[in-house]
Amino acid sequence: MTDNVNKSRRTLLLSTGAVGVVGAGFAAVPFLKSWLPSERAKAAGGPVKVDISKVESGQMLNVLWRGQPVFLVNRTDKQTAVLESLNDRLKDPNSESSVQPGYIDNIYRARKQNFLVVVGICTHLGCSPKYYPDLVPQQFDSEWKGGFFCPCHSSRFDISGRVFAGSPASRNLDIPPYTYLDDNTIEIGNDGEQA
Amino acid sequence: MGKIASSSNKGGSGIMGWVNDRLPVTQFYKDHLSEYYAPKNFNFWYFFGSLALLVLVNQILTGIWLTMHYKPDAAQAFGMVEYIMRDVPWGWLIRYLHTTGASAFFIVIYFHMFRGLLYGSYKKPRELVWLIGMVIYLALMAEAFMGYVLPWGNMSYWGAKVITQLFGAVPFVGDSLVEWVRGDYLISDATLNRFFALHVVALPLVIVALVVVHIAALHAVGSNNPEGVDIKKHKDENGKPLDGIPFHPYYTVKDIFGVGVFLLIFLFIVFVKPDMGGLFLEHDNYVPANPAVTPEHIKPVWYFTPFYAMLRAVPDMQMGALIMLLAIVVLFFLPWLDRSPVKSIRYRRWPYKLMLGLFAVAFVILGWLGMQGATELYKLMAQVLTAYYFFYFIWLFIYSRNEKYHEVPERIEDH
Repeated sequence: MTDNVNKSRRTLLLSTGAVGVVGAGFAAVPFLKSWLPSERAKAAGGPVKVDISKVESGQMLNVLWRGQPVFLVNRTDKQTAVLESLNDRLKDPNSESSVQPGYIDNIYRARKQNFLVVVGICTHLGCSPKYYPDLVPQQFDSEWKGGFFCPCHSSRFDISGRVFAGSPASRNLDIPPYTYLDDNTIEIGNDGEQA
Repeated sequence: MGKIASSSNKGGSGIMGWVNDRLPVTQFYKDHLSEYYAPKNFNFWYFFGSLALLVLVNQILTGIWLTMHYKPDAAQAFGMVEYIMRDVPWGWLIRYLHTTGASAFFIVIYFHMFRGLLYGSYKKPRELVWLIGMVIYLALMAEAFMGYVLPWGNMSYWGAKVITQLFGAVPFVGDSLVEWVRGDYLISDATLNRFFALHVVALPLVIVALVVVHIAALHAVGSNNPEGVDIKKHKDENGKPLDGIPFHPYYTVKDIFGVGVFLLIFLFIVFVKPDMGGLFLEHDNYVPANPAVTPEHIKPVWYFTPFYAMLRAVPDMQMGALIMLLAIVVLFFLPWLDRSPVKSIRYRRWPYKLMLGLFAVAFVILGWLGMQGATELYKLMAQVLTAYYFFYFIWLFIYSRNEKYHEVPERIEDH
């Protein structure tokens, strides 16, 4: 059989096959792309306005943005004062590999020092961490200085959402894009002017 | 005319003859049932193959009936399941048969796979039977996971979230991959709808096709047996294996007995303890999905927990996901990792028996650990057992090369 291969037929066969494979590749595109978020889903993912005037010092507000919990914490001075001293115990104290907008600084991780806006989803496997505001020893951490603790797999974050070393999560909590419309109103999902 | 008809009339006379000339039904029946020779010494471990088939049929039948009363809509799904349970005539039974069937499927499959380990059923010439079986196992895990999402309870929601988040561990494209799988920025109606399509149409088609191929591959090489003896070596003058018996009626009757015992246990659970104390149906799934409230303790259903324990044992998410994936992938290579020429554990020596026994125990304890909260002690235990899980395969590869074993008999002796 191999002795009398008709070369032009063989070429024809291979090129037909190649064109067929390319065609199948193109045909797969609409099927694969139909799994992407729809226009409606994209529209529903629009910005959310939050009135923060009633969030007392030390309190946390939990709002939904794109279906994810976003924590808005009015931090006390006591809570923010310890941030510097925690640096040695953190995986990424300066938030270099974090998901956060460029206008967020690296330790307070907020537009205004005392007010934290953070996505309340553990960067490990997507559970929602719990808010442990008090600077008292906890079962999971004897030197607790206030922050967030994930009950699923014991990831620990400080009051800026920075992850402690020894947690299964490897990244600090994400900061969503947000802006102040006025002193008492935050819009999540909106970067503001041109940032 | 008459001459042509008589010359092609090989299939016999009458209606069956007419059909057989066009479609070899009788020949198929002989090849796979009445003249498929299986070793005469099958023990109770050999029930689980036919039981898996029974559970598959149960899942398909009850599944079709469930779709008649269910809507894959994030706003309605949870209510539809309650509607099936309370308002649809016999809906509770059909649903409990399906949910208990899901757990029964994995129980039966884990026994079926362990049988393969005991008697070396994965070894030459049955490597493909094992590989196809492993693909079925994978498809079954995907099928079970997506089915678990459909009732849209809070554990459905958060389980779906945690599992789809695993795609985020893929380097570079992880985050967009997660969005692509979910069809939204979060687990939403879009996710529920596609999981429904995959659970009800795509994966069942794949699983049924794979089961056909699995059995075709098995029947091409013939079944292994507890002695690990090749029955095709010794045949009578008609070419029938001396140590084989026709599958039908001998093993059909035996399997029907197995089905009877199985149904007794299965239906007892369905009627008396369908949630198995939160093991088969988790308490948190009786609460509707809520994206803002995480269940106190997220865990998958019991059949995934050994791998979930491995995932949690590793302090880094990407590494954890990789370890979990490897734990399954390594099973695919088993036919080449075990280099011993002896199939059955009966003719292998104590080191193998001990190590395989520990392997099974480690797997079960990992499954238990995967259901517990994450304390330091449990984490350490999971790390040790995960290490042993992988060490077993490395040890097997080295040990089986020059393994000492007892002499394997030529034929199956009468008992």
